[in-house]
Amino acid sequence: MDMNEIKEIFFQECEEQLAELESGLLKMNDGDRDPETVNAVFRAVHSIKGGAGAFGLDDLVAFAHVFETTLDCVRSNKLEPNQDVLKVMLKSADVLADLTNAARDGGSVDESRSRGLVKELEALANGELPSPSASSEAPAPKAAAKAAPAAPAPTPKPTDDSGFQPVPFSFDDFGGEGDAGGMPAYEVIFKPRYELYSKGNDATLLLRDLSRLGEMTIYCNTDELPGLEELDPEGAYFFWNVTIKTDKGEDAIRTVFEFAEWDCELTVKPVEEARADATSNDELPMVPVPFDLSILDETGATEEVSASDARAEETAAAVAAAETASNVTQMAAAAARVEKKESAAAAAAAASAAAQNNAAGAGQTIRVDLDRVDRLINLVGELVINQAMLSQSVIENDTTGTSSINMGLEELQQLTREIQDSVMAIRAQPVKPVFQRMSRIVREIADMTGKSIRLITEGENTEVDKTVIDKLAEPLTHMIRNAVDHGIETPEKRAAAGKNTEGTVRLTAKHRSGRILIELADDGAGINREKVRQKAIDNDLIPADANLSDEEIDNLIFLPGFSTADKISDISGRGVGMDVVKRSIQALGGRINITSKPGHGSVFTMSLPLTLAVLDGMVVTVAGQTLVVPLTAIVETLQPEAAAIHSFGANHRLISIRNSFCPLVDVGRILNFRATQANPVEGVALLVESEGGGQRALMVDAIQGQRQVVIKSLEANYTHVPGIAAATILGDGRVALILDVDAVVGASRGQSLKAEMSLAAVG
Amino acid sequence: MSYTVKNLNEGDRELIAFRIGDQEFCVNIMSVREIRGWTPATAMPHSPGYMLGVINLRGAVLPIIDLAARLGMKPADPTARHVIIVAQVRRKVVGLLVDAVSDILTVTDETIQPTPEISSELERQFARGILAIEKRMICLIELESLFPETESEAA
Repeated sequence: MDMNEIKEIFFQECEEQLAELESGLLKMNDGDRDPETVNAVFRAVHSIKGGAGAFGLDDLVAFAHVFETTLDCVRSNKLEPNQDVLKVMLKSADVLADLTNAARDGGSVDESRSRGLVKELEALANGELPSPSASSEAPAPKAAAKAAPAAPAPTPKPTDDSGFQPVPFSFDDFGGEGDAGGMPAYEVIFKPRYELYSKGNDATLLLRDLSRLGEMTIYCNTDELPGLEELDPEGAYFFWNVTIKTDKGEDAIRTVFEFAEWDCELTVKPVEEARADATSNDELPMVPVPFDLSILDETGATEEVSASDARAEETAAAVAAAETASNVTQMAAAAARVEKKESAAAAAAAASAAAQNNAAGAGQTIRVDLDRVDRLINLVGELVINQAMLSQSVIENDTTGTSSINMGLEELQQLTREIQDSVMAIRAQPVKPVFQRMSRIVREIADMTGKSIRLITEGENTEVDKTVIDKLAEPLTHMIRNAVDHGIETPEKRAAAGKNTEGTVRLTAKHRSGRILIELADDGAGINREKVRQKAIDNDLIPADANLSDEEIDNLIFLPGFSTADKISDISGRGVGMDVVKRSIQALGGRINITSKPGHGSVFTMSLPLTLAVLDGMVVTVAGQTLVVPLTAIVETLQPEAAAIHSFGANHRLISIRNSFCPLVDVGRILNFRATQANPVEGVALLVESEGGGQRALMVDAIQGQRQVVIKSLEANYTHVPGIAAATILGDGRVALILDVDAVVGASRGQSLKAEMSLAAVG
Repeated sequence: MSYTVKNLNEGDRELIAFRIGDQEFCVNIMSVREIRGWTPATAMPHSPGYMLGVINLRGAVLPIIDLAARLGMKPADPTARHVIIVAQVRRKVVGLLVDAVSDILTVTDETIQPTPEISSELERQFARGILAIEKRMICLIELESLFPETESEAA
């Protein structure tokens, strides 16, 4: 595994940590004061910092460090995490994400922004915290305190460069802490837990680093060492009492244990305090075991020495080590037992790892290259097609349908269907990441526009195919921007309207009849129908005397050319309009609708397929061609009677269905499969519902049946064809085209859909 | 366009020659994926005349192009005897319908003569030179220029 791969893993983990960080901060923002939440947030930043240090990503480390310092104040209850504080922190999380991205992909970040935030964070940390660094304006003393012991990097990472730059500082900055006469002494109690060792940390190395801070005396406390029969060879039983005289301050001492602090109990006290404690606290009797400090000095010797003295005593895992270690000679006798215990310990380790995972709510997961999954999905798709082809040829040769081949095939069909479903489930992912991105966008726009906005997300664990998620982000961003920029009013206006000055945007995801439904609701002003109508008339989108229902007016905003082209703000779509949103949703096989109540806000509803790989379709024949019509689009099918067909103008015909008239669209004509319109009475009409309301009756020659088809891209080897959404392969091995119902309806509508004009022109 | 195959000398290229009507053409063998027989294609709406439709190539949708029509000659009337050359053009895979594959040629760059000056824009657009082999004239065509990047707009 080379460095780049490790780095890639680091960035992947960063993404997870950033998500954790953001969700934690948002929880805190909602009033969650659970220390575990604060800890989770702190850990996220801390891990990013640690990893970034190992890769020498200085910018990231520097920012993460300041962030972490402020978070530490929150963690230690020195700083109240109120709304203002959290606002800064959320912004910092955004910057941290930017810095991470910049570190991965190159490019730069808005430095003034990160610098500004560093100042804000420091102000937060300093304002409330009488820490050694409080007396100084710059973060230099803290950074320096961290920098000094950081060189030997007490990290499990195989590198010594942790990315800290030593910053010169003056001891005067420490104010009261810096004892003018001698160096202040500290009592350090370092009690490793089992995890410390299992993560590859070493007590010896930590103690050695500590010894570099100043003069120290060290005692190893062996009180908790159980008898051999109870000894877990990989357990942690010893702890150390260290008295150290250093001028570097308590922070420096804690920094030594920075990467181990989750896995040990660490008490650091100035020595007077500790003494006072010790006298009042008899349950920790010091039984000093002489501990030879010299073994801590030389790096060369450490490996061996630490194995025999510190580590082997602690873990007592290696029998070989036991032989060389004089003080654990008894171990040899218990060697057999040790081996037994080892497996028990391994099981315990696995259990504790699982417990940790569960605690994080993650469950057991593996990382798999997406290409592999896609390949599997493609192959399963092939399998389904092949199975269908096989069934068809068997049916052709055996009409009785009772042979054992038939039975076997049926079972095979069920199996393949099940395999397909399971494989599809691999790609299913919760929409959470996209939703989380939205909260950032809301924050930023709210900031820019001076509005106060609260984003509520619901159903973020709703799962949907990864490709859908990937393609969802862009239209959703647009809509969120629109909602915040145009939908929600300014606080003054809201107050005047008697609403809460804080606007609410609600983002909901749920499963609904085999599709995912995403709703974006704002409690803003709603659509100003008069204005929209006027704009549509001005832009020649509708005739001035058009008689439109409220719903139709609302849906006008999805028309191309509705939004004006002057790109004044980069916030929301003055340049790119809702038509783009609609088109990208449609490209996903989805539908979008808006309902709006003046004064109460608007609700955008998107309905998307759960997967882009399969589709339930109706197989139809048109002019000798086999086409697939997505079942979701079809409202009903009917056999037109001659009496129900009415000519309308020169080229149009309407069909009357239960006393309402619906335009008849000849699919064969629209797709240019035939030159003249077919006789509707000879065919079948598919009543379809199209975007923007309104039904159309699509004329096809015959219906062959219903089936689930695997969607194959036409664009991969060819190009987008107007009126055709994709292709599929039918049971006979031939390609069939999947009809793009909305495009066909749009083309039949003529003037309004410019995108489909080329189609009409060619046809 | 440089590639090295074991028994090829520097500057040698391998070409695959095929017949359309009474003319012979060739393309770089490196762009050819496979050669297969004609199967009926599913017609595509609103496609240019040379676009015969799409077929199923082991699960992928493969557009079939009537090379004769694309080169401005009489459109083919595909029969079972026709051949589809499956070729990689940039990142897309297309099937080229030709009458028959005739030869695999190993030539050096020197044997490729420049395209004579002719008035037709179409021929100049795709012809990259001509070869004289055993009294036959074979026109070397470049597939990339047959299918410009803006194909989607052209279609």
